[in-house]
Amino acid sequence: MHDFTKTLAPSPFYDRIVAQSQTQNWAHWNGYQTPRVVDTVASEYFAVRSSCSVMDLTPMEKYRITGPDAKAFLNRLVVRDVSKLKPGRVTYVVWCNDEGKVIDDGTVFHLSEGVYRLCAQHHQLDWLRLSSIGFDVSIELETHDVAALSVQGPTSYSVLTEAGISGLETVKPFDIVHTQLDGFDITVSRTGFTGDLGYELWTEPENALALWDAIFEVKKRGLYDIRLIGLDALEMVRIEAGFIMPGWDFNTAETVIRDGYDRTPYELDLGWLVNLNKPYFTGKRALAAANKQPLKRKMVKLILDGNKVPSGSFIFDRKDGKNIGAVMAHSWSPILKRAIAYADIELINGQVPKEVSVEIYYQKELAWKLHWARAEVTDKPFWTPKRRSITPPDAY
Amino acid sequence: MTKNLSAIVIGGGHNGLVCATYLASSGVKTTLLEARETLGGGLSKQTLRDGTAVPGLIQTHHSLNDKIARELKLQSTPCEPLPTTLLSTSGEHITLMGDKVSGAGVSARDISEYRAFREEYLSYGKALKSLMLNTPPRLKHFDWSDKTVFAKLGLDLRFGLGKAGLNEFLRVAGMNLFDVLEERFSSELLKGGIAADALFGNHAGPKTPTTVLPMLMRLFQETGSTASRQVAQVDNLAGQLAEAAKSAGVEIKTSTTVHSVVMDNDKPTGVMLENGDILNADIIVSNADAKTTFLKLVGARNLDGMFTHRVTKTRTNGDVAKFFATFDATPKFTNLSQNASSGRFLVAPTLMYVERAFNHCKYGEFSEAPVLDIHLTTLDNGKSLLSANAMFAPYNLKQGWEAGRAAFEDKILDILSLYAPGIASQVACRELWSPTDIEKSFHIEGGHWHHGEMAIDQSFMMRPVPGAGQYGTPVPGLYLCGAAAHPGGDITGLPGRNAAKQILADLKGRR
Ligand SMILES: Cc1cc2nc3c(=O)[nH]c(=O)nc-3n(C[C@H](O)[C@H](O)[C@H](O)COP(=O)(O)OP(=O)(O)OC[C@H]3O[C@@H](n4cnc5c(N)ncnc54)[C@H](O)[C@@H]3O)c2cc1C
Repeated sequence: MHDFTKTLAPSPFYDRIVAQSQTQNWAHWNGYQTPRVVDTVASEYFAVRSSCSVMDLTPMEKYRITGPDAKAFLNRLVVRDVSKLKPGRVTYVVWCNDEGKVIDDGTVFHLSEGVYRLCAQHHQLDWLRLSSIGFDVSIELETHDVAALSVQGPTSYSVLTEAGISGLETVKPFDIVHTQLDGFDITVSRTGFTGDLGYELWTEPENALALWDAIFEVKKRGLYDIRLIGLDALEMVRIEAGFIMPGWDFNTAETVIRDGYDRTPYELDLGWLVNLNKPYFTGKRALAAANKQPLKRKMVKLILDGNKVPSGSFIFDRKDGKNIGAVMAHSWSPILKRAIAYADIELINGQVPKEVSVEIYYQKELAWKLHWARAEVTDKPFWTPKRRSITPPDAY
Repeated sequence: MTKNLSAIVIGGGHNGLVCATYLASSGVKTTLLEARETLGGGLSKQTLRDGTAVPGLIQTHHSLNDKIARELKLQSTPCEPLPTTLLSTSGEHITLMGDKVSGAGVSARDISEYRAFREEYLSYGKALKSLMLNTPPRLKHFDWSDKTVFAKLGLDLRFGLGKAGLNEFLRVAGMNLFDVLEERFSSELLKGGIAADALFGNHAGPKTPTTVLPMLMRLFQETGSTASRQVAQVDNLAGQLAEAAKSAGVEIKTSTTVHSVVMDNDKPTGVMLENGDILNADIIVSNADAKTTFLKLVGARNLDGMFTHRVTKTRTNGDVAKFFATFDATPKFTNLSQNASSGRFLVAPTLMYVERAFNHCKYGEFSEAPVLDIHLTTLDNGKSLLSANAMFAPYNLKQGWEAGRAAFEDKILDILSLYAPGIASQVACRELWSPTDIEKSFHIEGGHWHHGEMAIDQSFMMRPVPGAGQYGTPVPGLYLCGAAAHPGGDITGLPGRNAAKQILADLKGRR
């Protein structure tokens, strides 16, 4: 339990993070003081894509789910069939309210037989508790009791191996292993929010600094560059990777005020997660009904022409045509050298358009200008390197 | 359209019987399953420890709505108008009979005011007719029939009541009984009696906000029957309803407890009985309360998360206990003639007496001085039976009902002794059914009079919860037809009838 009289809580890695911060540029994430930028966004971005990045994941919302009905409870909670998720495996999930509108997304970790961890974007204790009525299950908020680091980038495998974590060569994407480092227990999962090769490391808060030091010792030894990164760089890589952020990219159900401003998984291009053949889950009837109706709108990925980023842009079917939506997230992608975006758009005659026009306002010498950019609609993640999925990973 | 379709009605309370009869009369092959040995739910007979047969939970009720009596072709048993006597320790009792109030201590002003009050409030009750006799309109996804109900309600309120009447209705509808009665009457006894009568079965005192609403709901019951403004003694209504059901072709099984609703592909296909047998049907209708229906029979695993939560959070803990005492000779109440002593008596001497009685139950205590609705009958063997609805007796009694039972019986007898001195020593046999007992023997979660509080947030289209407020439920093919559904409890038959109409309308729409 952290001290709630303090506005922002320090994570167990706080001392090391503050020491490395060149900018003292902070954000708050789930009640924790979290770096927005540690040094420069560019160097942090390239740490993820070209070498090795470290990020403090402790603030991420985490729940431990146990008890005889843990599996049944989770399977009734989420739209995906998680009943066959084996111990030692992780899967991406979303969950909906009764109306089939997405409440949040996250990952289910089957830590060991019958013991699960659910990671969520937002605080979910209330929703989990009310969803547990009728199930013999225990739900514990463990956000503050687990110290977590995300180590991502092409050299992450080599860095962690050098740091003394053995056995990673057989760890496949979405695998979990329980191992030891310098005499304390850590759990390693091959997961992340970057779309790159990477791992997440979980341990008791008292081991946090030892874990950190073991990793950065590799840098001290001059073997690999390792950089602490902040939320701004993460935002760039997660968009490249095709991950969405509930609450930022779309309104989450149960927080939205007006009817029609929340979204089904189908509208978020997450229809592939919905399993209408598994036993009943919250929102199933609504989703079965929605699935029979033609889709009216969809979250789409855009690759833009030109070098302007579409900040807050409206989307049109063609230049000066019909306004069909707006950009919800955007970034310049250094690795693709393209401007990329997610846009929430209405379908045109029931079809996702192949291309759209984006109305971009930008500043030149502080003067505002308008630019129309053609954008291609793509249904694949913007960036999926092979190294992300091969096992054993290449030892760069 | 209804040919070859089948329905199972879970529960043979009066509403289940009414619903089944309507369904069978329209050609639906209907089976009714009742857990108890006898039909009628609250109206079904029960035997006391000493072998005395008592008419279940019900002491007195309004006669069924005329429309239902006609549609079900019930032979109308003329029911005697029944006076209600408000007991006073001084012996200056007040008697209410229809619009008339009489008694030594009542002022001429209160007498005329009572008549005006009845007329006015009965007109409000009547104006609710289109709401009471129909499926409550949905607030979201409004369709034509929802609009019609709203329009009818609006017209009845505006033109039925007139402009001044409508203004007054809108003023009082959200008020509490205490303020409304204080405005109109001077007799404490009269005010206490009116309040108690409206509040029986609710977790509310006269000062609880919006308590005018339950009074209006009760007054409505008086507006729909020819034997209007009367309270009928328990007759053989359960038997009549069972006969009507049988002659409509309903197959009835008693001593048959439904264990669960059988689901296939998220749709109900039948029910499983406690003995493991499975019966199939196209439509499942539940006369059980909402918690029993959804949490026990259907189960959270077949329902959405928020809906399940809403059902769990409904207030269903009862506050009324049933007390019985038998006497070798008719007990003597001070200042009551032998004739008057076979009527209905209320112990609610002042508004504050009722309010104080309510205070206790908020803290898990029974009332120090309970409010009583007493009924005296002479049994065939010449003995006398006193039955009383006693409030407030919270379901979650702090010390538990096993420990508290005798103490509450004593409290009731202490109060009775104030009006019938020496009564305690004349008791031959006594018995108390706490809400926990009622829960067990009548299969009502919480032992609640109305299968759930009749407060504004659990009424109309929100009864029992949003999402199940139109008799249909989130589970397609599963319906509610009991007191948990609009317009709630008491012996009215309205939930059963309205549910049947809704089911038949839905069947018509389906190919
Ligand atoms: C103490 C007390 C006193 C009351 N006094 C009066 C009064 O004087 N006047 C008045 O008008 N109202 C009175 N009421 C209210 C009245 O009893 C109810 O409002 C009324 O009975 C509701 O009728 P119903 O048909 O909807 O349900 P019920 O009468 O409760 O019938 C439901 C039936 O379903 C059956 N059932 C439930 N679960 C199952 C299952 N799983 N399988 C098979 N069967 C099942 C039950 O056994 C029961 O027979 C009183 C209530 C209480 C608690």
